[in-house]
Amino acid sequence: MSLTTRRSRLAASALAAITAVGGLAACGNDDEPAAGEKPSKLIVDTFGEFGYEELIKQYEKDTGIKIELRKTAQLGEYRPKLVRYLATGKGAGDVIALEEGILNEFKSNPRNWVDLAPLTDDHSEDYLPWKWELGKAPDGRLMGLPTDVGSLAVCYRKDLFEAAGLPTERDEVSALWPDWDSFLETGRAYKEGSGGKALIDSITAVSDASLFQQGDDLFYDKENNIIAETSPAVKAAWDTAISMVDISAKAATWSQEWSAGFKQGSFAATFCPSWMLGIVAENSGEANKGKWDVAAVPGGGGNWGGSWLAVPEQSAYHEEAAKLAEFLTNATSQVEAFKAKGPLPTHLEALQDEAFLSYTNEYFSGAPTGKIFGESVSKIEPIHLGPKHQAVKENAFGLALRAYENGQASEDEAWQQFVKDAEIQGAF
Amino acid sequence: MSHSTTAAPPTPAAPPPPGGTPKRWRLSLARLDIKYSPYLYITPFFLVFGIFGLYPMLRTAWMSLHDWDLIGDRTFIGFDNYTRLLTDEYFWNALINTFGIFALSTVPQLLLALFLANLLNRTLLRAKAFFRLAIFIPNVVSVAAVAIVFGMLYQREYGLVNWLLGFVGIDQIDWDGQTWSSWTAIASMVNWRWTGYNTLILLAGMQAIPRDLYEAAEIDGAGQWRQFWRITLPLLRPTFIFVVILSTIGGMQLFTEPLLFANGNIIGGTQREFQTLAMYMYEMGITNLNSAGYGAAVAWALFMIIGLMSLLNFVLVRRAAK
Repeated sequence: MSLTTRRSRLAASALAAITAVGGLAACGNDDEPAAGEKPSKLIVDTFGEFGYEELIKQYEKDTGIKIELRKTAQLGEYRPKLVRYLATGKGAGDVIALEEGILNEFKSNPRNWVDLAPLTDDHSEDYLPWKWELGKAPDGRLMGLPTDVGSLAVCYRKDLFEAAGLPTERDEVSALWPDWDSFLETGRAYKEGSGGKALIDSITAVSDASLFQQGDDLFYDKENNIIAETSPAVKAAWDTAISMVDISAKAATWSQEWSAGFKQGSFAATFCPSWMLGIVAENSGEANKGKWDVAAVPGGGGNWGGSWLAVPEQSAYHEEAAKLAEFLTNATSQVEAFKAKGPLPTHLEALQDEAFLSYTNEYFSGAPTGKIFGESVSKIEPIHLGPKHQAVKENAFGLALRAYENGQASEDEAWQQFVKDAEIQGAF
Repeated sequence: MSHSTTAAPPTPAAPPPPGGTPKRWRLSLARLDIKYSPYLYITPFFLVFGIFGLYPMLRTAWMSLHDWDLIGDRTFIGFDNYTRLLTDEYFWNALINTFGIFALSTVPQLLLALFLANLLNRTLLRAKAFFRLAIFIPNVVSVAAVAIVFGMLYQREYGLVNWLLGFVGIDQIDWDGQTWSSWTAIASMVNWRWTGYNTLILLAGMQAIPRDLYEAAEIDGAGQWRQFWRITLPLLRPTFIFVVILSTIGGMQLFTEPLLFANGNIIGGTQREFQTLAMYMYEMGITNLNSAGYGAAVAWALFMIIGLMSLLNFVLVRRAAK
């Protein structure tokens, strides 16, 4: 009897201790500074390389506000951090870089983010229109100011093209494929000329490229209902991808076959956002320097990736943070960032900048990548992505296409798989 | 107050207060010490366990009763997440995958470990220390490194495994493209890492068996095989139960190997061929921000399955040994 009571008392106090700890953890810091008070320090969270180091020093000098830049190398590590900040209500920086997929996902809880429109000047005409639109949350608030785009081009191997009897100059190559049908024709010609080799890495690379060219609702309609099964844009991208199965090396992007394929020459072309150039160069190695070149993408424009700067509600300095974000995304800063680390500008003035247009890439036979990417990205029509666009694209659309490409499913089965998984992945 | 003051002598010399209190005081202190200090000694463990073990578990249980958006709203929905679990095709798929990979890894692994431990237990074996150390090395290697290297071995076009199979006339196998092949590949990673570990535990168990039993058996004319069957195995039972339960817990929570085998995609293959329960839990609870409550329900289901499996193991191994 006494033993049990003692035990239960002990258990009770242990529980009390635990809940006390839990309760402590749950207590957020709600200190709001007085309005207009100048912050002593602002924190900027970014992933990868945004090229902000010098810009921040300049801003510190101009305003006297100390700025801390917190960089996370990999996007895969960055997202869980952001989720933790938002879930616990603390820890986030004052300005946060949001990548395309993350931004769309976070849009379904717009209350976590400050509406930047009242805090900044009107920039609605300054940026690529589709990029600007994507920065808005469904409730109309301006969640993010545009930083960079991935844009899209085709990287191709000149030596392999030559061996297969195809033209090798980038303008001639671009002229080979004004649209996807002629791209397929080129692929067939390459296959014939090279003794059965594949032109492209995978059909999912094709679908990623062609989805953004549709200029319409993709997996969601404007009210964010999932329309995967009926969306004409999705069907068009699907059909384009399916048609390429004969000229594909069946090496899904990021897979082991894919990385090895660059050195082995198992495909002669792949779709390159600007940030992919470094990856192509790294996978192909120093031995293949000068063998790659960059041509325009079939169908005109394209984009893959890119980011926005946002201010989380939990920041104590909404106004100052918004000003900093505004500074980092203006035309001059975007050109500076591009010169430093290479993210492509989205500000219309920056896209006309001489430093940007004259930029060439040595590894890729001196291709004028600034000009090529700038042209490609300005051809995109505004599109609506919806909250779980990334998850539907990768884990429903992409996987179904890969199942078809690998011969695990017929086209019908793959489509059924996509429709079913789109419902699951797209739920929010 | 000041040093010059002739102060009263320090406490020990003070005249005992009436009633002999210090004696009783010390006595009750001693009694308190006997009664409560053991609890004090084990408190650190329970505090740490409470904060990092119990609290997250209870919190997860609480989450599982909600429609919980990790960065948004939450609504109490009772046991809806659990009823949804029962009809969720992908949950059962993950369960089957987990058990399939578990069977393919644990059974051969334990048999091999038993064989190796018996070999290492031989009195005649030379360089024992070397072999015992060598067999443990795979376990020290980081799981990520193992998964990446094995991923390269199992590549479709340029992988070593397909290249070797080519010599015996077997066509290229798309290892991550089918259920059986992906299970085999993942199980081989698990086996590579854990066989040595289990061998060492079994070996320790074998060495605890008194030598004279074997000597007596030898005098009675029992051969190696009969000794193994009649002495080693029955006496190894407690160790074996321990090893089986550990392997079960590990096998049920399999996560890193299949995740890296899928190039980091949480779906595990284009058609969820090798998505394990832990991966499904992660997909629902963390990758999909809005279904954290459902992810928590998967976590609790996993917890209960592990509990059941451990119990079943315990009963089965015990009965089999009888």
